[in-house]
Amino acid sequence: MIVKVSDNIISPLGISTAENYTTVKAGRSELKRHDGLWNLPEPFTASLMPREAVNEMATQWHLDEAYTFFEKMIILSAAKALEPTDIDPSSEKVLFILSTTKGNVFLLDKRETGFPKERVRLGMAAKQMTDYFHNPNTPIVVSNACISGVCAQIQAMRELESGHFDYVITVGADVQSVFIVSGFQSFKALSVEPCKPFDAQRCGLNLGDAAATIIYTRKDQVEDTDWVAIRGAIRNDANHISGPSRTGEGSYRALQAVLDDVSPDKIAFINAHGTATLYNDEMESVAIERAGLSNIPVNGLKGYYGHTMGAAGILETILSMQAVDDHTILATKGFETIGVTHPLVLSNQNQTTEKHAFIKLLSGFGGCNAALLMAKGGEL
Amino acid sequence: MMQHTVHITPESVVVDGKVLSHQEKGAALLTELYRKHIGDYPKFFKMDTLCRLGFVASELLLQVEGAERFVPREDRAVVFFNRNASLQADTTYQATIQDPENFYPSPAAFVYTLPNIVTGEIAIRNKYYGETLFLVIENNDPNIISRQLENTFQDPQTQSILGGWLDCTDENHFEAQIFLIFKS
Repeated sequence: MIVKVSDNIISPLGISTAENYTTVKAGRSELKRHDGLWNLPEPFTASLMPREAVNEMATQWHLDEAYTFFEKMIILSAAKALEPTDIDPSSEKVLFILSTTKGNVFLLDKRETGFPKERVRLGMAAKQMTDYFHNPNTPIVVSNACISGVCAQIQAMRELESGHFDYVITVGADVQSVFIVSGFQSFKALSVEPCKPFDAQRCGLNLGDAAATIIYTRKDQVEDTDWVAIRGAIRNDANHISGPSRTGEGSYRALQAVLDDVSPDKIAFINAHGTATLYNDEMESVAIERAGLSNIPVNGLKGYYGHTMGAAGILETILSMQAVDDHTILATKGFETIGVTHPLVLSNQNQTTEKHAFIKLLSGFGGCNAALLMAKGGEL
Repeated sequence: MMQHTVHITPESVVVDGKVLSHQEKGAALLTELYRKHIGDYPKFFKMDTLCRLGFVASELLLQVEGAERFVPREDRAVVFFNRNASLQADTTYQATIQDPENFYPSPAAFVYTLPNIVTGEIAIRNKYYGETLFLVIENNDPNIISRQLENTFQDPQTQSILGGWLDCTDENHFEAQIFLIFKS
């Protein structure tokens, strides 16, 4: 079975998994309104990482100014996930997979002259990380829009299952920039208020900076406390490149594929994508109902972090594992009144659970959808 | 088991090892191929270069496969690799925000600033509900590509993959080297 060895989250809410979990459980967020930041003509609300804090930590890990902010984030997250383990990251049996949508895209700005332009290539950004750890393998970058973080974990599971590697270090990250914020603004997808997933008043998403890492390995004998990645699936809507399917087609099919013959009773919750855009949340409610999971609690974490893009699938999987360890279903911050047509079990208060499994669900541009079934102890 | 291949560069088009004749080069070559061999999908003209390239290459590939087209299916994955992700679309979008005095972020340009959009275009055209995935690696390394494609067959639904290398740096510089591969 494919088992989690270690993890880390670096976000405005903390630099370790434990700090992030405690802060989220307490209901706090760093989503703030920014007026005039980066000379953007319109205000936006985002969860942004204080650059000084990252630079300070980077210095401790001997990461100098030759690394971009994005590269510092991914290296630090991987380093902190590796810290408590005895894994040798320079081994040829260790693979790095990076999940990101835009990496160092800020380098396309003609005014940015501090770094070689080739670092805008995602493979070159990832290579800064593998070189730092003296890892000999070509890093694989998953760039599959907003579902990248789950796709990266699915790729990790497959690489381990086929026996090519002993450990896969799966790092997801994106950092916000004029490029990303202005693009989402042009799409009218951003809310200037903190986002309200699944709420009747929801009016768009917020963006966020984060890096998150899960290290996976293959194990024949699984302990009760081990987190097992049971199954993942990626499915397409075959409908529209930037709008979700009205029938939730890909999301429904991904849910069906990961659930297979597992009884829904075993599932503590579905951690949804829940971006708080009108169409995404509605689509997820359709998909969850079609999959026969309407009675399973659903939550979304974008109200704490905003949409962290390439990090989201990994960050939200880590927090969901922490929550199950703590017998908790985390509150959907920002949610008040149900605003999707297919009823879901949602709450803005933390709830308790004694179940040991959850489903992570994501959707993205390009009509892509992904689901991942995780179970503690591996039995379902 | 690999069946059928399509290789397109700005100067040449080769389908299953046979050279396809054409007059144009670069961006105009993709339009020529569309008009001569496809012609019924005007959405082509909205697409960025990576999508045009992937769309035309996949159409030529599926035409030589000869199977019934446009039947909804979940057993075929679309998995592409490249070096430059969505660089051409990113550069186009960046131009709309580069000048603070002339700042006009374009949603039509922004939507293509993700490399996996081309997998969605192909899924929509062909009603493929299966896996779609885009992976970025520094070099067109056949060992890494075949390892990833083999891994893709671990999804029990996936019986065939439309995949391969699909890269472009600007509208006149690109390479598609794609194929169909079936579960053995």
